[in-house]
Amino acid sequence: MAYLRSVPRVWREREIKYRLIGGACRSCGRRFYPYRQTCPACGSEEVERVKLPETGTVEVFTVVRSPPSEFAEQAPYVVALVRLDDGTLVPAQITDVDPGEVYEGMRVEAALRRYRTQGERGIIEYGIKFRPLIQ
Amino acid sequence: MRRVFIAGVGATRVDEHWDKSLRDLMRESSLKAIQDSGLSKKDIEAIYVGNMSSGFLQGQEHLGSLLATWIGVPGVAAAKVEAACASGGAALHQAYLAVRSGVYDCVLVVGVEKMTDAYTGDVTDALVMAEDQEYVAFTGLSFVALNAFVYRYYMKKYGVRQEDIAYFAVHDHKYAVNNPLAQYPRPITLDEVMKSPLVADPIHLLESAPIGDGSAALVLCSEEKLKALGKDVHLEIAGSAVATDVFSLHERADPTTLLATVKAARKAFSMASIEPKDVDVLEVHDAFTVLGVIHLEDMGFAKKGEGWRLLKEGQLEKDGDLPTNTMGGLKARGHPVGATGIYQVYEITLQLRGEAGKNQVPDPEVGVAQNVGGVGGTVAVHVVRRVR
Amino acid sequence: MKPLASIIGYGAYIPRYRIEAKEISRVHTGGAERAPVRQKSVPGPDEDSLTIAYEAARYALRRAGIDPSLVEALYIGSESPPYAVKPSATVIAEALGFSRKLYGIDMEFACKAGTTAIISVAALVSSGVIRYGMAIGTDTAQGRPGDELEYTAAAGAAAFLIGPSSPEAVATIDHVYSYVTDTPDFWRREGEKYPMHTFRFTGEPAYFHHIISAARGLMEEAGLKPEDFDHVVFHQPNVKFPQRAGELLGFKPEQMKYGLLSGEIGNTYAAASLIGLANVLDNAKPGERVLVVSFGSGAGSDAISLTVGEGVEKVRDKAPTVAKLVARSKLVDYALYLRYRGMILR
Repeated sequence: MAYLRSVPRVWREREIKYRLIGGACRSCGRRFYPYRQTCPACGSEEVERVKLPETGTVEVFTVVRSPPSEFAEQAPYVVALVRLDDGTLVPAQITDVDPGEVYEGMRVEAALRRYRTQGERGIIEYGIKFRPLIQ
Repeated sequence: MRRVFIAGVGATRVDEHWDKSLRDLMRESSLKAIQDSGLSKKDIEAIYVGNMSSGFLQGQEHLGSLLATWIGVPGVAAAKVEAACASGGAALHQAYLAVRSGVYDCVLVVGVEKMTDAYTGDVTDALVMAEDQEYVAFTGLSFVALNAFVYRYYMKKYGVRQEDIAYFAVHDHKYAVNNPLAQYPRPITLDEVMKSPLVADPIHLLESAPIGDGSAALVLCSEEKLKALGKDVHLEIAGSAVATDVFSLHERADPTTLLATVKAARKAFSMASIEPKDVDVLEVHDAFTVLGVIHLEDMGFAKKGEGWRLLKEGQLEKDGDLPTNTMGGLKARGHPVGATGIYQVYEITLQLRGEAGKNQVPDPEVGVAQNVGGVGGTVAVHVVRRVR
Repeated sequence: MKPLASIIGYGAYIPRYRIEAKEISRVHTGGAERAPVRQKSVPGPDEDSLTIAYEAARYALRRAGIDPSLVEALYIGSESPPYAVKPSATVIAEALGFSRKLYGIDMEFACKAGTTAIISVAALVSSGVIRYGMAIGTDTAQGRPGDELEYTAAAGAAAFLIGPSSPEAVATIDHVYSYVTDTPDFWRREGEKYPMHTFRFTGEPAYFHHIISAARGLMEEAGLKPEDFDHVVFHQPNVKFPQRAGELLGFKPEQMKYGLLSGEIGNTYAAASLIGLANVLDNAKPGERVLVVSFGSGAGSDAISLTVGEGVEKVRDKAPTVAKLVARSKLVDYALYLRYRGMILR
């Protein structure tokens, strides 16, 4: 599965994935994740790189019970679209919870976690997941 | 520009074809379609193969040239067309353009997918390739999970009960019973659907299109070529449109509407000079029950939030106002992804020709097929009209 | 010794899950074992020493309130890095947006590496090489199933953002002292999954000798006595050892009130004395004096004397306190514990 086990690819994507780097369109005002040079909403090329906020709310979620092969050992796990506090919607896993503990509107905080490993010998891929806010 | 006609159709049964390979399946449907057309292999000038995942699931690409040789016509123009689950519809659009432009008189378009060669986890990998691999699939989201988001958003926004949506699966199975090519030709009950295991909450296993193998093919030709054949019923592709939406679901303004459907339907209907009320038989891409309902709304057959009413009120039955998925839909005919868009037009063809057996809609003239790639990243809509 | 540097931000992290010692004992000894701790922390399936270090580091940054790009050193002490070869410091520095002009290193000295990271970064600040640096102690320690270490080997991290010495800071690092001998009480050979140890030899010649030597060495050099300290924190492989070390050195139980957490979270190895220090900072008043003494097998102890600064009260509430992290807990049984630790083969 060469497409999943690429080291340069993980390296290239690390800043956006580790730090939640999004785009803010200077033309239409839309903020989006991940960052790219063209606004997906209006097509403008005037997009600024922004560090997105690390807290947000679970907007919608599901429990993956029939996972892609590289996630087989993790199932069942919770994936969600998290509405960050600036309004940007981000897809991510929700961690440190049992599937039954998640609810729409749950306040969550970004945390760097392991997403998958490239087999026994390959690199570990880290990225941002969200876990309940510790208050 | 020239008018484009469907000269012949052919398909394999959708099944777990343990004894047939990808190439066997597309060869079989191709030869059936050519035979059905009354033309000969030698008449084929170009081939378009709609397929999503042969590279990943079979390690096989270059399907256009492969098929040309496998049916014994090496030398013709050929290429594979890929647009996730809309690969079939997108290939048909290319084939349509090829004839309409006047470059070719006779074109073969084939949809094919061979899914059961792979482990289920690998099929799950293949399907989620329709989404952004780097930032969305990376999170472990499956394709079903994305549709689960749509389902939750939809129920919340419109206050629709899940039972009223899940009934789409019951509808499909009812019609698959009389489709000899259907993967699951047996009736199911709403209770069975709602009690089946969850794949990605709230989507139940029996609300999801199954994994299967299959191939369907169409021979398209120009009016001139058709006249030479001397048939009395002609099926014209009166509208053919493909549209895209913002690629990732989470970046769209409204996840309960597939804008690509809205756009492609509007365009295809306008090409054919029809309105929603003119449609006599419809095929929608209900990979999951909720999508079937959403498609009815996005194509203009129901107001947003009310698609389920057509289902409940019986309008989608073969004798209703809008006979829909009359051969079993994705849920029960099956969904060999890259082939589905061609199966839909194959089934519309049977209906317009009056060859749909026990599922025959009374005297239809206009049929519409809607084929979706990803969660609406690509949508193809085709309008077929019977011309005497 | 003039003050080396100041702590301007601190943060701890303890994973959410706990397993009770009696649950481990139920599986291996039918409940006969006398437990050295009540329960220990267990990392979730997607956690490792790097991810929990990140959590602690982010809280330290939040408390410090400085631009992360000003951080020019990241020293991580751990005996359980996710890779045998490939630093964790680089990942955490990128993830938090530290300067790329960075003195970054992963360090290993069993449970002592965290305090040595603090001393090293403080020295870089003190010498003027950098203005701000971060030191982290982090571990997701593993004991061989059934081994007595399994009852205590826990997971936790604590991070300290260190800057120039100032009474306005969270705390000032006044004095450091380190004591090291070749004492093989605990080790893990290359390629081995679990450590080996020498049972009672770990006590007198190893833990107690080094802790006491370092603590006494520091007090002698600095001209301080046990009663000069308001708080004392020892490395805590269990509950009894640090209590006994305190007794031997002449400290009273109230001085250890905030610094001893192993009963509830287990032995967090390189983070153990650092989480104790974080808890002291969560509770101490400006002007109070703190002694931290780590112990790393192999063996050695670092002693650090600090004075709590005016700044502590301003930053305390900007991140979760240790008490909150200790309270945020969910018990798992032995089967789930094995799954979370990746010990069930599939």
